[in-house]
Amino acid sequence: MKFQFESLDAFITMGGHGANVWASYILVYGILIYLTISPLLAKKALLKQQKKLLQLQKKSQDANL
Amino acid sequence: MNWQWFHRLGSPRWFYEKTDAWIIWLMILAWGLLLIGAVWGLGFAPMDAKQKDSYRILYIHAPVAFISMACYYLMAIAGAVGLIWKMKLPYMVMKSAAPIGFAFTLIVLATGSIWGRPTWGTWWEWDGRMTSYLVLSFLYLGIIALQNAFQSRDTADKASAILALVGTVNIPIIYKSVDWWYTLHQPATLKLIGKSTIHPSMLYPLFTMIVGMYVFFTLALILYTRTEILRRESKAQWVKDLALDISSKGDLSKGSLPKGNLPKEENA
Repeated sequence: MKFQFESLDAFITMGGHGANVWASYILVYGILIYLTISPLLAKKALLKQQKKLLQLQKKSQDANL
Repeated sequence: MNWQWFHRLGSPRWFYEKTDAWIIWLMILAWGLLLIGAVWGLGFAPMDAKQKDSYRILYIHAPVAFISMACYYLMAIAGAVGLIWKMKLPYMVMKSAAPIGFAFTLIVLATGSIWGRPTWGTWWEWDGRMTSYLVLSFLYLGIIALQNAFQSRDTADKASAILALVGTVNIPIIYKSVDWWYTLHQPATLKLIGKSTIHPSMLYPLFTMIVGMYVFFTLALILYTRTEILRRESKAQWVKDLALDISSKGDLSKGSLPKGNLPKEENA
C-alpha cells in the first residue's frame, strides 16, 4: 500500500477535484463533530437547569418553614 | 417464558446506566475507524480510471447513505414497539433518531450533489434516486415537526410513530430506484447477493468507513437518547439525584448515576 500522490500539492489539488473532495469531507466531519458534541452540551445544560430548579424548590420550602 | 429482559430493555434508567460505560469506547472506536478510513480512502486507495480523484467522495457518501436508510428502519421499528407495547424508551429512541437521520440524509444529498457536478455535469437532477432521497429528508423533517407540534407527549409520539411506519415504503423505492428508472446514479457496486463490482484495494477502505459510520451512528443515538431520557424523566427521583450529585462534584460532562439498585418496573 503506497501513498497515491507525488507531492502534498498533488494531494491537495487532486487533479482539479480537490475543492469537491475536501469540501465534502469537511462538511461531513463537521456534522459528525456537531452530532457528538451537541447532545453532551444539551445534557450538561439540562442537569444544570435541573439543579437550579431543585435549589429554588428547597429555598422556597425553607422559607415556608 | 421470562420476559424480565424485555421489561428491562424498556426502562430508561436501565438504559442510561448501562450505556454510561460504553460511550468512551464507542467514541474511540468510531473516531478511530473514521480517521483511518478517511486517510486510507483519500491518500492510499488507487485513483478511479473514469472518475479520477473525484470518486474519493464515495468513502463518505456511501457509508452515510447506508446509515440514513438503516436509521429510518430503526426509527420505524422503535415507533412500532412503542405503539404495540406502550413502552417509553422506544419512543425516546425514535425521537432521538430523527435529527441524526435528517443530518445524515442532508450529507448524502450534499455530497452527492458535490460529486455529481464533476461526474455528471449537474448539481441536481430530478431522477428516481435523488428525488426519493429528498423525500426521505422530508420524512425525517416531518417526524421532527410532529414531535414539536403537539402539547401532549403521548400524542406526538403516536403521530410520529405512525408517520415513521408509513414512510418505510420509501426505503425500498430508494434502494431499487436505480434499477426501476433511468437514472444518472450508478447501480449498486456493493451487493449483499452476488459479486461486488469494486476492486478490493478500493473496497477495504470503504468497508472501514462503513463499519466506522455504523459505530458512530450507535454512539450518536445513545448520546441523543440519554439526553432525551433526562428531559422526559426530569421529575423522577433518580434524575434529581443525578443533577445534585454531579453538580456538587462539578463534573457535569460525565453524568454517571449514583450507584444503586434499579426499581423492578420503570416502564409504566
